[in-house]
Amino acid sequence: MTGVTVAGVGLHPFGRFDGVSTTDMGVVAVRAALHEAGIGKGDFQAAFCGTAYGGVATGHKVLSRLGMTGMPIVDVEAGCASGGAALMLAAAAIRAGQYDTVLVFGTEKMPKGIIRSSFFEPWQEEAGLASTPAFFGLRAQRLCITSGVTKDHLARVVVKNRRHGAANPDAMYQKETTVEAVLGSRVVCEPLHLFMLCSPNEGAAALVLRRADLAPSGVTLAAAVLRSHIPGSVLSESTPLAGLAADDAPAPTTLAATAAYEEAGLGPADLHVVECQDTDAARELGSCEELGLCEPGGSAALLDSGATTLGGRLPVNPSGGLLSKGEPLGASALGQVAELVRQLRGECGPRQVEGARVALSHTVGRGANAGVVILTR
Amino acid sequence: MRVLVRDGLFTDGDPPALLGTHCAACGAVHFPRADACTYCATENPEPVELSRRGTLWAWTTVTAPPPGYQGEVPFGIGVVELPEGVRVISRLTESDPGALTEGQPMELRVVPLHQDDDGNDVVTYAFAPA
Repeated sequence: MTGVTVAGVGLHPFGRFDGVSTTDMGVVAVRAALHEAGIGKGDFQAAFCGTAYGGVATGHKVLSRLGMTGMPIVDVEAGCASGGAALMLAAAAIRAGQYDTVLVFGTEKMPKGIIRSSFFEPWQEEAGLASTPAFFGLRAQRLCITSGVTKDHLARVVVKNRRHGAANPDAMYQKETTVEAVLGSRVVCEPLHLFMLCSPNEGAAALVLRRADLAPSGVTLAAAVLRSHIPGSVLSESTPLAGLAADDAPAPTTLAATAAYEEAGLGPADLHVVECQDTDAARELGSCEELGLCEPGGSAALLDSGATTLGGRLPVNPSGGLLSKGEPLGASALGQVAELVRQLRGECGPRQVEGARVALSHTVGRGANAGVVILTR
Repeated sequence: MRVLVRDGLFTDGDPPALLGTHCAACGAVHFPRADACTYCATENPEPVELSRRGTLWAWTTVTAPPPGYQGEVPFGIGVVELPEGVRVISRLTESDPGALTEGQPMELRVVPLHQDDDGNDVVTYAFAPA
């Protein structure tokens, strides 16, 4: 099978940028990625743009500004995994021999406050059932019951990621916090306090994928997988109204990770660094379990061991994660991949994971959609 | 007048009931009703009324009004497990998380949400400690 490499990455920082449009941010990220890859107009044959709130022809507007159109430009929406979906499509097209170079980017300006999602029916909003943080809270409570996770663990996930994020100039929050401050922030939905939830925000990220022989010095894209859900779990990101008590279907994250490990010929024990979905503090711990970074039920012990902190055996979210960066839906997955490409190139300064050669990124969200990407160098 | 937040989800009798389906092919019970079984895709699963009583499996409290919601906060949201092997997401009448425990018996109710523009009382389903 044709190999695929990441020949360049680019970011617009994640945060809140009044007066800067979705298009403006996309232009910054795309320009940077093309520059890194050393390519320009006419050098890529397709573009995939992840966005959930960008509206009609988001990708076209970015590339029109850069004078680079004519090729297929496809906007991709897959909730929190929109960028991962765009990446999967781009990689598959190169592997199939359809294209040799594809631009993948994501750009987003999220509404402020609790995300209003068109996923919900009007009656669900009217009944108060469109509360995304409540679903996070329910999932967190179950994790506390099944995995021995306490509020202290949840607070320490935030402290860890914010410490990592303090060394990331592209993060929204670059200030460390404390367990006391996290537990002192108001309760949003038990057991989750305000500081345990990521901020929906704005940003953009871009990657240039190339056939490996055209960019042999690039980071290898060993797997890019997207999966939806198998019904059964009442608290799945598919956000059903009901599920089964006999809840034994694998989570979408597990489905995607299993396929990605197989595609890459690697397993969790081979990983050196992970960027995973930490929309809330409990989600990071649940992600660790679903990705096989520990045994089911073992995420609290994994955190306690220090393994997932920078300097530990398997640092998780060295970028600071979404808890530090915030979450612009269409850009968040590609932002993770950009971080990991830089980690594998050894460019991350104080947040560098020493000797990292195998990296995994993971996003999961409404749909359900779960994306897992594995990179090697 | 009293109107349901959405027709076809539940009955407003005494006692009320959630309206689900039972699949003759795979045996799964699901809520709400759908054109095919969620689990095995068999067409036209049998309409059934779900059990009115179950046990609490998960719960939390919504402290700020979610998008599009015009009722009062705080209010409870939780998951109730019914004897037919189905877990249902529902509002709870109890909004103090400290007043609830895993496995406690719960019973279906119909509760007011708000008044609509025509002065109707909009109601929805909720579970209350039994």
